[in-house]
Amino acid sequence: MSGKFVATNVKNIPPSGIRKFFDLVLEMEGVISLGVGEPDFVTPWHIREACIYSLEKGITTYTSNSGLLELREWISKSFKRDDGVDYNPRNQILVTTGVSEAADLAFRAVINPGDEVIIPEPCYVSYKPSVSLAGGKPVPVPTFRENEFRVTSDQIEKSITKKTKALVLSYPNNPTGAIMRRKDLEEIADVVNEHDLMVISDEVYGKLTYDGAHTCFSSIAGMKERSIILNGLSKSHAMTGLRIGYATGSEELIAAMTKIHQYSMLCAPITAQIGAIEALKNGDSEMEKMVKEYDRRRRLIVDGFNKLGLDCFEPLGAFYAFPSVKSTGLTSEEFAERLLKEEKVAVVPGEVFGECGAGHLRCSYATSREQLVEALSRIEAFLGKI
Amino acid sequence: MKEILEIIESNPKIPPKEIATMTGLTEAQVASKIKEMEKNGIIRKYKTVIDWEKAGEEYVYAIIELKVVLRSRTGYDAIAERIAKFPEVVSVRLISGGHDLSLTVRGKSMKDVAFFVAEKIATLEQVQGTVTHFVLRTYKQDGDIMFEKERSERLAISP
Repeated sequence: MSGKFVATNVKNIPPSGIRKFFDLVLEMEGVISLGVGEPDFVTPWHIREACIYSLEKGITTYTSNSGLLELREWISKSFKRDDGVDYNPRNQILVTTGVSEAADLAFRAVINPGDEVIIPEPCYVSYKPSVSLAGGKPVPVPTFRENEFRVTSDQIEKSITKKTKALVLSYPNNPTGAIMRRKDLEEIADVVNEHDLMVISDEVYGKLTYDGAHTCFSSIAGMKERSIILNGLSKSHAMTGLRIGYATGSEELIAAMTKIHQYSMLCAPITAQIGAIEALKNGDSEMEKMVKEYDRRRRLIVDGFNKLGLDCFEPLGAFYAFPSVKSTGLTSEEFAERLLKEEKVAVVPGEVFGECGAGHLRCSYATSREQLVEALSRIEAFLGKI
Repeated sequence: MKEILEIIESNPKIPPKEIATMTGLTEAQVASKIKEMEKNGIIRKYKTVIDWEKAGEEYVYAIIELKVVLRSRTGYDAIAERIAKFPEVVSVRLISGGHDLSLTVRGKSMKDVAFFVAEKIATLEQVQGTVTHFVLRTYKQDGDIMFEKERSERLAISP
């Protein structure tokens, strides 16, 4: 009966499509899961050690709302070094409890009721609901295999109305593994300028690219003032549960986000912030090792799918492959459900990440080589039965 | 080449076909590169790390530090090579600090190891003194931690 107390805009949000598979997997044993959106590496020891040491010293207080200054300084250095973009650690960087919080803050900081936000799909599951909860209207733009799941400036321009306020970019992309070339982003920047939009760019997989470096959106001329960059250490340094994200942008935008943050989250956990300082200071070599290992597995799984006749474009970022199952005649949901029940391999159907993802599966290769090889052989067995 | 070595360093049993896919080389290229590296000694040997205690075999290990006096015209290499030929000696290293050579010796019992050192090593002309440290327990060996493996307990499905 207490359901009547739930707010309408919360009721209107559809439940996550992942939930159903999660429940199914829980009941089964011996499942190989390619459905996991986080690294299989344990957080590097030097990072854990730094966290433990800080606890031993009794460092367990709040930090400033923006996060420890030393951490913001390291974040600033990493932008300068890797992307050639200057952010002032004192007022252009906000440390958040994971990138999810940063995304939510960004939407709430810029959306007025009825504002439209363009969201290329398939994409991470939280943008649409976050935009809706902030009172905005999500406007999905589909991307396709033919264009390697990149969104084009043309597509964006066609979706713009008088109410359009912002554009979301999330490359390297979850679930497709697509990346954007500098040239693509420059064309988009022109449209953004022309129509006076702002951009929220989620670049949490930015350090995980396999053929050429990632381009940070604010490194495009004129875009620093018009964008909020979201990033974090969860994927690059295998620190998902430590929940450290950050947002960078102009002083005005970061101040607006900080206002919401100080009344909701207050600050990110101090232990995790200390681990994050250690990660940015001394974590490059461990990160490079992990990226190398992902790259090997990536080649293994992409090659495997293509040999099995499941057309898979080459993902150049993140740790997901996004093969098509259209050749089997099954929908991706049927495929995923039967594969789980008959061969005990868990994958996530593409439509969970947007309608245009239908017909594809998101397969994470953040799992050991042995498991990937075994999963591929089970998928082969399954294909024989269809 | 370095890429192949990195892949097989911790597991030499990965089939060349998989290495080929992971590196973007052909299977034949991988096989011939490995063969070449075996031949020219970049790949010294393939080895199995065994927990002998678990297998029910009792071995005693000791680390022996040696002080060496060099004879004219022969260096450390000569004495090290001599010592290395004993099958009981698992490793020989030239070290800095208070001693010159450090050996690891394996035997069936403490008595076994002690007698070996006393009879075969200490009696060598260049050896001036020995210090024997018996190993009580091994916690990490060849990069392999002997404690229970760390696993990240992830949710089976996450966005």
